[in-house]
Amino acid sequence: MTRGIVDCDIHPNMASDAELLPFMPRRWADHLRDYGPLNHQGLAFALQHPRFNPGVARADSWPPNGGPPGSDLDFMRAHHLDAHNIDHGILMSLRPAGCDERNLDYGAAICAAANDWQHARFVQPEPRLHGGIMIPQEDPDAAVAEIERCVAKGGFVQVNFTPRASEPPGRRRYRRILECAAHHGLPVGFHVSGVPGHPSTGAGHLTYYLQEHHSNMPGMQAVVASLVLDGVFAALPALKVVLIEGGFTWAPALCWRMDQAWRRMRGEVPALTRPPSDYVREHIWYTTQPIEEPDRAEDLAEISGWVGWDRIMFSTDYPHWDFDDPRYAFRCPLTAAQRELVFSANARALYRLP
Amino acid sequence: MSRHVVARVSEVPPEGALRVTVKGRPIALFNLSGEFFALYDRCPHEGASLCAGRRVSIAVADTPGEYRLERRGEMIRCPWHGWDFDIRTGQSWCDPEHTRVRRYAVSVEAGERLAKGPFRAESVPVSVEDDYLVVEV
Repeated sequence: MTRGIVDCDIHPNMASDAELLPFMPRRWADHLRDYGPLNHQGLAFALQHPRFNPGVARADSWPPNGGPPGSDLDFMRAHHLDAHNIDHGILMSLRPAGCDERNLDYGAAICAAANDWQHARFVQPEPRLHGGIMIPQEDPDAAVAEIERCVAKGGFVQVNFTPRASEPPGRRRYRRILECAAHHGLPVGFHVSGVPGHPSTGAGHLTYYLQEHHSNMPGMQAVVASLVLDGVFAALPALKVVLIEGGFTWAPALCWRMDQAWRRMRGEVPALTRPPSDYVREHIWYTTQPIEEPDRAEDLAEISGWVGWDRIMFSTDYPHWDFDDPRYAFRCPLTAAQRELVFSANARALYRLP
Repeated sequence: MSRHVVARVSEVPPEGALRVTVKGRPIALFNLSGEFFALYDRCPHEGASLCAGRRVSIAVADTPGEYRLERRGEMIRCPWHGWDFDIRTGQSWCDPEHTRVRRYAVSVEAGERLAKGPFRAESVPVSVEDDYLVVEV
């Protein structure tokens, strides 16, 4: 492969909350200091489940000059971008998370600050890195305004929408946000995240992180089913969606099921003029990490063919613990053409990168 | 096979690890309460350096809800995906049949003896007062 890699999931981090303050109006900086965040669970600073490693991070990714993994751009350059020949990296900021905030105005301020922060600290100084627009999705007016602001600012290639919002993303309340993204030609990235107060599975709250880790999969299926069956893609033919960190081998089975049900019950969703799988195939892209590791490595190549080699994009999740190394992530042999698509061409085309 | 002087014993502190390179190969040296072991320093899963991992024990349960720790500190956990390897054997705890890290024989030799040869000490200057780790590669 002559060109370098495109990594579709890199997590920048703050050395401390103080990094955000210069990007917040005084009113909300005071709020942060005096009240702090409030989301939909008891412990506002905690994730839904305890994580496997401190900082959810690779044990070897703590910057030598201090701060948590992902907070030191120079170290990220040497440890990751240079080391793995990465031409472009798509940023996925998870902290701070305005999308979970119950005070909607504060949530909007956090999202705006997070966008300005990632722009100033990562996008502007490092041309290989591209921003993702954080939005307060429960306040669609504010979310649309934030997308417009960031588009005018430049440096952002995606709108980040939490797959665990208050309701499934196809619900009409969110439509304006998706419409705005489609209007600007920005893919909407659903990266596993969100503390909406409801459990991460339909079966209820889980016991172990081990259970939660792969609940990303049914979570993403619910996102896809909602976007398709609530008629989002039928209404927004230009919308492009990226499912980040949710796997992809489940997609064919979901499509078979949806198509089967649609043939019998299409009267319930008359807005869909084509089988659900058509919309999935046309509108949805998938990132690879954490890559599925079937017992027979060659099975992954076969299923990737069913999903579509033109829809699968490599990602590392750097610096998180379940990072995939581009050299070893795929155990099955790929053809040169498949490798070029997955590691480079698909993402360059989707995100309009050189 | 040849034997290589790779480090002074004091460079691998108790319960610590050190990465050395022998014949171009990364090798992880471990100190297990004064016993020394050497493993190929590349996780067979995705290639991380095991030296950067944590020393862990094995949590065992006879029934759900109860647990005890065994083999305290005798496992090295890969810094990325958490594969645990037995420092003594290089075997994976989860998949001992198919996944293992190559083990190398390591011994402690007195500097006085090393000075006479026939060991290869190209990278570590040997003085007669110290003890050294010698790895067979």
